[in-house]
Amino acid sequence: MTNLEKLEQIISEYKELEPGSLTAETTFEELELDSLDLVDMTMACEDTFGVTIELNDDLKTIGDLLDLLD
Amino acid sequence: MSFAVLGTGSALPTCVKTNDDLSQILDTSDRWIYTRTGIRRRHVITSETVLDLAAEASRKALDAAGISPQDLDYIICPTVGGDYITPGLGCNLQEELGATCPAIDINAGCSGFVYSLDTADGIFARKKARYVLITAAEGLSRIMDWNDRSTCVLFGDGAAAVVLGEGDGLRYLKLRTQGCCAPLHGRFPMGNSPWTKEEPHTHFVHMEGQEVYKFAVNAICTGVQEALEETGLSPEDIHHVLLHQANMRIIDAARKKLSIPEERYHCCIEETGNLSAASIPTLLDLCSRDGLLHSGENLLLCAFGAGFTSGTAILTWK
Repeated sequence: MTNLEKLEQIISEYKELEPGSLTAETTFEELELDSLDLVDMTMACEDTFGVTIELNDDLKTIGDLLDLLD
Repeated sequence: MSFAVLGTGSALPTCVKTNDDLSQILDTSDRWIYTRTGIRRRHVITSETVLDLAAEASRKALDAAGISPQDLDYIICPTVGGDYITPGLGCNLQEELGATCPAIDINAGCSGFVYSLDTADGIFARKKARYVLITAAEGLSRIMDWNDRSTCVLFGDGAAAVVLGEGDGLRYLKLRTQGCCAPLHGRFPMGNSPWTKEEPHTHFVHMEGQEVYKFAVNAICTGVQEALEETGLSPEDIHHVLLHQANMRIIDAARKKLSIPEERYHCCIEETGNLSAASIPTLLDLCSRDGLLHSGENLLLCAFGAGFTSGTAILTWK
């Protein structure tokens, strides 16, 4: 499973997603996650990928998040 | 020798403000607040003092324990602040109740009640007391910025008390502090010193929700898992879970990560909002008065708050 597929699985806990619809260009604004879902989702990513994620203004797209997971 | 809970009591201000009430003064709605917090209404101080609430809760707890204020050997008041900068709320309460014992305040933010249990444990261990009163009381509506819709909607005012006596009810208690001021703090009010070089500021509570959420969920999960490991208790052995009532989303997130059966979590946040240090003892009193707690059952308490502080305790009910 690719990191993008893993992310799609995590985000689908918070938001109904068509399989394969998530791309690196998808923005968090488009996903319409509220602020607590956003932080909870990043915590789930931290657990899954073993990284620490700082929520800040630079984190705008799924691609930005994927860069932190590599 | 540690302690057992002999009696509980709580008190809320008479004025209730619903989310719809708040939507009259803020750009918000019942739906916005409820879906993000699980809160429907909160009680706020109008003509009452924090001492009034503390005294009412204390008298109920003393009645439930069947002892008088003169029997008390120590009064501990976990609070972010009573009615005065000095003296502390504990001293005001001692005077109001007509007690004669030493009295102190403990400010550990919303974790203050669990921190106070630890202090009480030490007092009992030194055989300095037969009866200790812990009364948590908060009037946070006085230090909210009522133009800050993301924070002011979260909190309510109230007080709750427990009377502790000698016993073996405390099975586990662990405190943690992770000093980190920026995400959650309230500053001392500005004075008028002619020499101050302090930048002008307000005394309102400032909270960065995402930072606090992350700390809170981690604090609960770590605290509860450690408690189970160190006591050898299984999730099934925990009969009641009383988490700090800060935000239903925090409680739900922690509940999903832990393996304690969901029906064992008790909540009152919908009706009270976040009562800071008074949150867990208020929930404890409600559970006790509803007859939900039975002799020999294990209660897991877990609090987190400004500091950052956190604390986890396991009590066996009397």
